[in-house]
This record gives sequence, structure tokens and C-alpha cells, in this order.
Amino acid sequence: MASPESKLQFDTDWKYSAAPESTDHVRIDRQYELFIGGQFVAPRARQYFETINPANEKVLARVARADRTDVDRAVAAARRAYERSWSKLKPAARGKYLYRIARMLQERAREFAAIESLDGGKPIRESRDIDVPLAAAHFFYYAGWADKLEYAFPGRRASPLGVAGQIIPWNFPLLMAAWKIAPALACGNTAVLKPAETTPLTALKLAELMRDVDLPAGVVNIVTGAGDTGAALVEHADVDKIAFTGSTEVGRQILRRLAGTGKHYTLELGGKAANIVFADAAIDQAVEGIVNGIFFNQGHVCCAGSRLLVQESVADEVIAKLKERMETLIVGDPLDKNTDIGAINSAAQLEKIEQYLRIGQAEGGEMYQSSCSLPATGYWCRPTLFSGMAQSNRVVQEEIFGPVLAIQTFRSFEEALDKANNTPYGLSGGVWTDKGAKIFKMTRALRAGVIWANTFNKFDPSAPFGGYKESGMGREGGLHGLGAYVELR
Amino acid sequence: MARRKTSSKSNSLSSRSVSRVPVAKTYKLYIDGKFPRSESGRYYSLRRGDTRVLANVCRGSRKDFRDAVVAARNACGAWSRSSAYLRGQILYRAAEMLEGRAGQFAAELVLQGVARRRAETEVAAAIDRLVYYAGWADKYQQVFSTVNPVSTSHFNFSVLEPTGVVAIIAPETSGLLGLVSNVAPAVAGGNTCIVLASKSLPLCAISFAEVLHASDFPAGVINVLTGLKEELIEPFASHMDVNAVVYGDADAQAARKIQELAADNIKRVILRSGVDWNSAATQSPYSISDTQETKTTWHPIGS
Repeated sequence: MASPESKLQFDTDWKYSAAPESTDHVRIDRQYELFIGGQFVAPRARQYFETINPANEKVLARVARADRTDVDRAVAAARRAYERSWSKLKPAARGKYLYRIARMLQERAREFAAIESLDGGKPIRESRDIDVPLAAAHFFYYAGWADKLEYAFPGRRASPLGVAGQIIPWNFPLLMAAWKIAPALACGNTAVLKPAETTPLTALKLAELMRDVDLPAGVVNIVTGAGDTGAALVEHADVDKIAFTGSTEVGRQILRRLAGTGKHYTLELGGKAANIVFADAAIDQAVEGIVNGIFFNQGHVCCAGSRLLVQESVADEVIAKLKERMETLIVGDPLDKNTDIGAINSAAQLEKIEQYLRIGQAEGGEMYQSSCSLPATGYWCRPTLFSGMAQSNRVVQEEIFGPVLAIQTFRSFEEALDKANNTPYGLSGGVWTDKGAKIFKMTRALRAGVIWANTFNKFDPSAPFGGYKESGMGREGGLHGLGAYVELR
Repeated sequence: MARRKTSSKSNSLSSRSVSRVPVAKTYKLYIDGKFPRSESGRYYSLRRGDTRVLANVCRGSRKDFRDAVVAARNACGAWSRSSAYLRGQILYRAAEMLEGRAGQFAAELVLQGVARRRAETEVAAAIDRLVYYAGWADKYQQVFSTVNPVSTSHFNFSVLEPTGVVAIIAPETSGLLGLVSNVAPAVAGGNTCIVLASKSLPLCAISFAEVLHASDFPAGVINVLTGLKEELIEPFASHMDVNAVVYGDADAQAARKIQELAADNIKRVILRSGVDWNSAATQSPYSISDTQETKTTWHPIGS
């Protein structure tokens, strides 16, 4: 390992100049209404809430709060569109609308990326290079499925379910909207989408885009609001399917409310992924993967590699290099292209993370945080690790949804596997080793829906994503993602 | 009661008119490859008409179910890793065993009140269903798996893996075929299971356990309980170490209760209500994929 003296002192000798993404091309209205039946309409009760920029706590816009009546209007519009236009269209025509959405999203990519970072706090580099391009790719991928469904389900005929109620989280607002809307529409359903309360703006911009591509009115409806808006959607009698991405606790409540209704459902819930580093791994590459696994999007990632399992013989080396690398991470203005870690999404989330920092210390973990400076206003959390954790510790078992890594060591393959599988979750996992056979041995034995080998947090519209155990049911993406939006006869 | 000679051997309780005193069978549970009585010591009497006792059937308890889950969980790892070819052969072996004992099973169904013709059809269909799923064991993976053309330098593929321990509440109205139709796809896919037999038609379930026992199914892969649905649905749907619950009846209230309880650990709930188990149309590889998870693996290409 390089001694501290010999390494290049980027952080002291060289300073990064500010490199802010320009926002002069971005239009955010003062107030946003609900998108129902192809039009922006005021909520019946004229209630609004403010969405803020978590990096400076300034108000970005006022957004309509949909109540039960508004949800009812949206579902009725979706039902009308399903019966009168969308289900009458030739499948290839449905596909063409989705292609249009994909292309226009590409055209307006910079604008969407900037708004995503303003509203959600994620670094512009991520919204620019990951969220928005992947969202466009998702529409493009599913566009092509619309007229090919008979090849997806051998021996069966696939028919749409009807009206899909879709509830999405605040960590990847536009991307999750794409994951939900694209397959639903490709399969012939119409949709009512509820964005998260803290990040409604890109979904509303997407509504503008839907209007601009002349998507038939009512095929996609967007109702903004908080938990009660989502509950109204879940409980609505004329919704045929609920697709939810969010916490396992809310997923449970949704399941209980859906019991006995005959509604279809898919859930993408929490995770506590293990990133397993064997002694024979390329250590520097693994350290990059650990950083990407837990600090990507401030750790607001359901599939984040929030547990590090490192083989004992290399643990000291890996942890030392990890700390060194953490020192170079820039926490700050999400719109700055140099920023590695942006703002925590909301005050409530920051409070939750800080509570877990206290829990981890009380559990006897050794906490380490990088020494970076933090902006004076906004919600921030330094990249953090806890070492010396036991399997039963809460910071090992529970989803924190922040830039907090819990480290454990292991000696044998079996010990790593047991520890990795020993949580109620099963969304994702990572394996680092130079041996291909060992990769397959581990990836096969891990009880999780997505496994990355010598990489982490990679996504692709053609690759199915979803959880085992309490991380949810059903898949999004790929051929398997179609199954969430069809009935087979 | 006048009964045909061919079927008088096994179902001895009803054959007292024959000069030899037949040996009556004790119907017990099947847990972890053994045939224990219910730990609770409870039973319910299966009667024909008002008086004649056909059998004192074990009234399995919550504790019996817990024991069965432990057995199923312990068996799960090895069974899910066993080769698809082996699982297929074992299922086929069960079909062979059932074929050899077809007369006994038909007689047992008749004894429980099923018309003879119907009973024989049901046994034949159960044998054929085992053969059907035996054949799928090494093929469904090829039908449902994908190689995903991702944009990065990775070999990306999605395969099915068994969801784990499956709790099955077998259909009430189809004592043998209904049970086989739900158990076979679960275990063909590498799951282990606990199945609650029909309350009114339980005898074939326990006799089927004998077939399984003679078919090289490892202990714990299939566990058979008898008992009362009204008291066992709750543990079946709420046990925290069960991954999926299959319900084969049409009682909407019970289905709702199962879905509510299953939410505790996000169990997969598979409702198969209103199914005509006699119809070959009910069998499909989608009955296997119902209790499968999709795993996507990103394998590096290059470094």
C-alpha cells in the first residue's frame, strides 16, 4: 500500500473550481396542478404543498395535493382512456407513442437532469449520466415489446390488466416513473402515477412531455400528494393493479389493504445488500465498487451495498484504502459536476440517518466519517462507515437509506454466505474475486434478485430487477418485467 | 357392505364380513420422512354415513406445522441444488409407485364416497400429472430464463430459482389429484413444501406420502399434514420461515385472511380457486414459475 506521503495530495495542493451545471434553460413553474385526462387541473380542495431544494432549503414550486376525489377523477380518466382509446389502438401504435416519449426525453435530457438534481438533491453527474438516459432507454426498450407480446409468454395469450395504480419513491423519481409507466403502457394498460411528496417535479415535467407527444388523454395520469393520496389509489375499487416501490413497512400495509380485493400487485421494497470482497479480489477495483455501492445517490438506493463483508486477511488493507478514498469524495452542491455526494433528500430522511448513526455507536460500532466540509444550509451527511459490527446489530439488519456502510469480516466462503443471507431482505448483492468459478458459486447461493460480480449498482432496461424474501415480489425490466402488467390466458 | 374383491385388501375397516380379520391402517402425518402421530394427540373421525368410522385422522396442530417447516427448511438447500434431472427422475418414480398402487388409491377414494368411475379417472390423472411435471423439471428453466443484452460489458442473465419453503392448502374437493397438482410443480422447481390434505378426503394424502417415501424423495422435501383448515390456515399463512403459500380452494374469506397474514413477511400468495383439477388444462409450467424467483446476475466480461 502506498504510504500517505507518496500519494498525490489532490485534496490539499489542488482545488477544484466550481463547475455548476447551468439552469438557465430550465423552466420550473411557480405552481403545478394535477395531470388528469390529458390536462393540468386544479385539485378539488385547492390544497397545495411546497417542494424544496434539499441543498438550500429554498422552495422550488407549489404542487397540488390530490385527495380522494382527485384520485377518483384520475382513475376514471384512466378507465375511460383504457376502454375508449388505448385498448383499441394497434399494439404497434402503442409502441410508437412510447418511442416518441423516449426520443423526446433524450432531446430534453439536460433539462430533466437539472430538475432532478434540484428537486431531489442528487449529483448532476448521476442524474445526467444515469437517471435520465436510463429512463429514456427504458421507454425505448418497452416500446418495442408492445407488438411482440405473443413471443414473451409461450403457450399463453397476454392481455392487459386495465388501470394500473403506481406509487414511486423519491430516490430515482424520473427513472422509477419510467420503470412503472413504460411496461404498463406497452402491455396495453393505462396508468395513474403518484410521485413521492418530496420529488414531484420530474414526473410533472414528464406529464408535459406526454402531452407534447400527443399521448391520448388519460393514458397516463399523475396525482401528486403524500401517503394519503397513495392510500386512496391503493384502495380505489376501479384500479386493477398496484405497483409500488418503497419501504417494506409500507409494502406490508399495502398488501393488507389489497387482501381479498383480487387486485394484482407487484412490490419493490427495501434491501440490505452485502458486498462481499474476497482476498483474491482486485482490491483497488473493489474499493471503487464499495464506494459506488454505498455512496451512489447518497445511499438512497434500495439495492445499495450497505453491508461490506471483507475477508479477514485483507480487511485492514481494504478499510484503509476505503477511508483514503472516502477523503477524496466531494460532498456538496448537487448541480456541481465535481460533486460525488449530493444532499440528503429531506429533513426527515436526514433525521432518520442521524438516528442510525447514534444507534450504530450505541451498539458498539466504530464510526468513521470523512473530514469533508459541508455546506451551511441544506441537508447533508458525511460518508460514514461502521466497523466491528455484529450480525444482530440494527445497522447491519435494517435499511438506513443513507451513506452509511456497516463492515463485517469473514474467514471462509460459507461464513460470508451465511452472513450475507442473514437478513430479512434479498434484493441485491455483490461479489468481488478474481476467480470466475467462485463468482458463480457465490452468485448462485446468494438469496437475492440482482447480483453484481466485480461491479455494483448497474442497471439496464433489459435486465430484470426485483427482490427475494421481504424485498418484494415481481420484476421490473426485461422480459420478466412484462409479467407485472399482463394476465395470461 | 358388498364390496368388490379386488379392493378389499387395503381398506380393511369396511371389510369385516370377510372371514379373515383384516389389518386396519393407522393414518398418520408425514413429517421429515417419518410418519408421526400429531404431537397434540388430537384426531377427528372420518365417517362414512352416520356411524361407520373409516379412520381416526390426525388433527395436526400448529406445533406439527412448525416441525414440518423446520424439516422443509432443512431439506431446502440440498433439494434446490439437486440436479433437475434427478428431481425429474424422483417425480417420475413417484408416478411409477402410484401406478403400481392405483387400485388401492381408487378404492380409498371410493371408500371416502367418490364414485368408482370418477375415482379411477382421478388416480389415472394424478399419475399422468406426476409424469407431466417430472418432464418439466429439466425444461422450465430453458423456457423462462433469459440472456439480457445490456449495454455494458457484462454477461447478464436471469434464471429462475425456487422461492424456498412453500405451504400448500390442498383443494378440499379433490383428495388425491388436487394435492398432487399443487405439490408436484412446487417440488419440480426445487422448493420444499408442507401440504395440508383435504379435510373430508384425507386418506389418499397419507397413502400418497407412502408413495413419496418409496420414491427417493429426501426427508422433508414434502411433508403432509391432516387436520382442520379453520385452525391451520393461520399458521400456514403467518409462519415467518415460509416463503410462499398456495391456496387451492374458493373460500373468499379464507383467501383474504391468507393474504392479510402473508403480508407479515411478504410471502408470495398463490390463489388457485375455481380450478377443475381433472382438466389437463390446469397443468402448465406457469404453475412451476408461480413459486420461483427470478435472479439476475451481472458477470464481468474482461476485467
